[in-house]
Amino acid sequence: MHAIVCIKQVPDTTEVKIDPERGTLIREGVPSIVNPFDTYAIEEALLLKEKFGGKVTVISMGPPQAVEALKEAVAMGADEAILLSDRAFAGADTWATAYTLCSAIKKIGDFDVILCGRQAIDGDTGQVGPGIATQLGINQLTYVFKIQDIDFEKRTIRVERLVEEGREVVTSTLPCLLTVVKDINQPRYPTFMGIRRAAKMQIPTWTAAEMNVNPDLIGLTGSPTKVVRVFTPPAREGECDLVTADSPEQAAEILAEKLLAEKII
Amino acid sequence: MDFQLTDEQQMIRKMVRDFAEKEIAPIAKETDTEGKFPWEIIRKMARLGFLGLPFPEEYGGAGADNVSLAIAMEEIARVCGSTAITLDAHTSLCSEPIYLFGTEAQKRKYLPKLCSGEWIGAFGLTEPGAGSDAGATKTRAVRDGDEWVINGQKCFITNGSIADVVIITAVTDPGRGTRGISSFIVEKGTPGFRPGRDEEKMGLKGSITSELFFEDCRIPAENLLGRENEGFKQFLVTLDGGRIAIAAMALGLAQGAFERALAYSKERVQFGQPICNFQAIQWMLADMSTEIDAARLLVYRAAWLKDQGLPFTKEAAMAKLFTSEMAERVCYKAIQIHGGYGYMKEYEVERMYRDQRLCAIGEGTSEIQRLVIARQLLR
Repeated sequence: MHAIVCIKQVPDTTEVKIDPERGTLIREGVPSIVNPFDTYAIEEALLLKEKFGGKVTVISMGPPQAVEALKEAVAMGADEAILLSDRAFAGADTWATAYTLCSAIKKIGDFDVILCGRQAIDGDTGQVGPGIATQLGINQLTYVFKIQDIDFEKRTIRVERLVEEGREVVTSTLPCLLTVVKDINQPRYPTFMGIRRAAKMQIPTWTAAEMNVNPDLIGLTGSPTKVVRVFTPPAREGECDLVTADSPEQAAEILAEKLLAEKII
Repeated sequence: MDFQLTDEQQMIRKMVRDFAEKEIAPIAKETDTEGKFPWEIIRKMARLGFLGLPFPEEYGGAGADNVSLAIAMEEIARVCGSTAITLDAHTSLCSEPIYLFGTEAQKRKYLPKLCSGEWIGAFGLTEPGAGSDAGATKTRAVRDGDEWVINGQKCFITNGSIADVVIITAVTDPGRGTRGISSFIVEKGTPGFRPGRDEEKMGLKGSITSELFFEDCRIPAENLLGRENEGFKQFLVTLDGGRIAIAAMALGLAQGAFERALAYSKERVQFGQPICNFQAIQWMLADMSTEIDAARLLVYRAAWLKDQGLPFTKEAAMAKLFTSEMAERVCYKAIQIHGGYGYMKEYEVERMYRDQRLCAIGEGTSEIQRLVIARQLLR
């Protein structure tokens, strides 16, 4: 079994502030973390490895410091890690990012599953995973809540997807791409032995030239979408209607009536 | 000069902080108020390699350095003193002397079990009549054929009643004073060895502090740790290392209290504004932060010297002396900033204030640290 996990290093959004003048994120001094949704993808890959044997490769496109995120995945137990880093990748939108990751996956070669988090907490698009599957021409199983079974003989996988109305059981052929939701597992902590291995590991960096990519399809040039402006929406004016009553039951009744009158429920 | 932690040390800090905040912090209050030993946390920590942090992998350890151990102690104490002291006694006071002075057979027998957490360790030095004056040890060990027969009593032993293995000191040659003391490895369940009561303490209530009794307790001759009559020298070396850990613990408690005080000062409104706007509060915060930083440099330097194989006795004593007394001042101010709320259990700084108090006593009082430093200066 070979699982490839695509991860992203993101600013710890609990500590990010927005520059009100320029409308950009103030990233100075803000710690970077592995995108939390991606940690579930890493964990799921490690669980597959524990069950079926094989190996887990983690890749990330980002600036040189994104190597920290890859090392964290190695400390958790990933076997190999590759950083895709080149100034030419900068400014990529989700499509160009998916193309770059897809090119790296083609260069890696054989794999059974690709795992991604459902979305990154900074961009919140949830498009890169599906973009990779589309560009590779393989099936995508999004919002996976549980991997029920993998049959390597028949080359199939059966998963439960979290959909709005409930759960959906889907079977796909391998190889395929999964994006996972946070309820799928509980990511492990790295062990000290894992940390020591990761700290020493030399993680290879692949540049655009090494990956043989089409320069017109990467970075800002290869991005069909552009970010025109980032801004904080003005705070909404709200009105507070305080419900007072003699008992909680009475208060609940008044509230229910108001909500019904407003057609909220 | 390089003030930057290595990649490994930074990753260890991140991992321990993450673990401490998610796993230990949520139960720290309960651990204190109910005086409940945090078994579940200790088991989780064992699985991740916490319990054998500084020992080589061949003995089941994680092979990390002493700076990393200090960082781990600091990060754990930042949320829970009881868990930190438990780890300190286990690692720095029980496993460490076995690693430093044990025979190869002793290391192979005990370290893997201690590092994996299958066994919990303790160190029995203090006696009712032998605290700072450890040379006044009364516990006796007499050789009888292939065995040592131990009689005596130990007190204030961290992890005492739950330990699977205890390193103890006993007099083997009564005429020779401090040169007549030896160290022994005693396993739980050995006939004649029994723990007494667990003490009720001012702080660190979730840790276990016990009496130990030895009545004609027979242990095999091979359980002598290292060489006969070298026990005094051995525990001086053990305590040099242990002091770095206790200093790191005091550092973590101070850091935890400071962070709470800083956050509270931004939220608490009096006279129409957050109290952090008042210079009286700002000066306290500035002093607290400055002292914590100074202490951290002392602690890391002592640990770094140990990692380099350089002498660190004086530096460890300085780190322990300064950091433990600094923690008292910082926790005092943290309560002061919280005002009446700080005196209440809910805000946790009162627990940190109680927990830090031990750090100026255990593993050598502040007075003994001054003695150690002065001796090093005047030699």
